[in-house]
Amino acid sequence: MNIDSINNGIVLDHITAGKSMQIYKLLNLDRLDCSVAIIKNVKSSKMGRKDIIKIDEAIDVNLDVLGYLDPDITVNIIRNGVRIQKLKLSPPEELVNVISCKNPRCITTTEPQIPQIFYLSGEDKPVYRCRYCDSERK
Amino acid sequence: MRHLIDINDLSIEEIDRLIAVADDIIADPQKYAEVCHGKKLATLFFEPSTRTRLSFEAAMMELGGNVLGFSSADSSSSAKGESVSDTIRVVSYYADVIAMRHPKEGAPRVASAVSDVPVINAGDGGHNHPTQTLTDLLTIHREKGRLSDMTVGLCGDLMFGRTVHSLISAMSRYENVKFILISPPELRVPDYITQTVLKRRGCEYEVAESLDSSMEKLDILYMTRIQRERFFNEADYLRLKDTYILDTDKMALGKPDLSVMHPLPRVNEIDTAVDADPRAAYFRQAKYGKYIRMALILMLLGKEI
Ligand SMILES: [Zn+2]
Repeated sequence: MNIDSINNGIVLDHITAGKSMQIYKLLNLDRLDCSVAIIKNVKSSKMGRKDIIKIDEAIDVNLDVLGYLDPDITVNIIRNGVRIQKLKLSPPEELVNVISCKNPRCITTTEPQIPQIFYLSGEDKPVYRCRYCDSERK
Repeated sequence: MRHLIDINDLSIEEIDRLIAVADDIIADPQKYAEVCHGKKLATLFFEPSTRTRLSFEAAMMELGGNVLGFSSADSSSSAKGESVSDTIRVVSYYADVIAMRHPKEGAPRVASAVSDVPVINAGDGGHNHPTQTLTDLLTIHREKGRLSDMTVGLCGDLMFGRTVHSLISAMSRYENVKFILISPPELRVPDYITQTVLKRRGCEYEVAESLDSSMEKLDILYMTRIQRERFFNEADYLRLKDTYILDTDKMALGKPDLSVMHPLPRVNEIDTAVDADPRAAYFRQAKYGKYIRMALILMLLGKEI
């Protein structure tokens, strides 16, 4: 894989430096058969340093996960070597089975088959709270 | 399907409607005596709370309905490891409405997702207890004839007391309600209540340490228990515990039309000598709990009178 150019796939750009491994894990990119490149600490005029992830296949990326982790990431869809779409992200209203509740008194800790649902709570900054116990996910 | 899991599930108009229905039940209980004939309330208490369970059961009986259920986890299928969802799916075939108490936070929300009938949260750990808040609101309305334009003092453990947080959140939606938050510094209301609820809604509030010096300003005094284990050390507990005990000396500092409330059970935070004072509203409050639960059951069963 040439990390400079991919033909059909996805480029996640403007990732906060150091966050790429977390994104790699939460998007389950380790389960892909295609090549995936993680480029860390790229110089950026806008951000100082940033990370980039290049995925050499047109997979369905869970945009909610990305919007939750870092809404400033840009998602570039590449087809036939050309960027055909640039997606802007925003924090999702609801996150299902992405993060899990850490409150030991929460029902989800004793009944693991319950879906882990978090909602965006309208406070000064985006805060995610457990749908069941309302505790904040920090 | 309508449920009551969190007090914020209800709009202010719905709360006012519930209070109006409760008023009507109090005025003419006979009119409601057979309204729920043939209907069944299941009280599923995965942890014991006799007071709350009896209040729900009495409410359903006074509407002419029947009750079934269990009063502790050992007598339920959860003792055999059954999930909340499975228990609720089965029970919702037998009952028309469910009142559920559970030690785990969020369990009634899980129940409401699978139930075919309305679920009422009768307390989930230290998390939510919306029928207590409705009881408190009906009590204030009955005592004062209004829910706006008053000064409400909350005293005791304001940090861990969810009852207090829900009441602040509910009362802050009414016009011109001022709060005086009386507690030791280590047990003050959490920031999210002052920042997110009170400041955002533009409510006036005062943080105080002395119950004595706050007494004369209050229209409502809501007392809560201070638990010994909440203190960092024994010396602080001993120094502070009497400061927050309501006795006849402190009552003498209060307004003539003050109303004193407490979610009960009390331990020693209100001296029994205060019980004889007509301003002691906490036993009336327990009585109102039954009436507001009657109004709630009617609303959830879609029975308009
Ligand atoms: Zn939770």
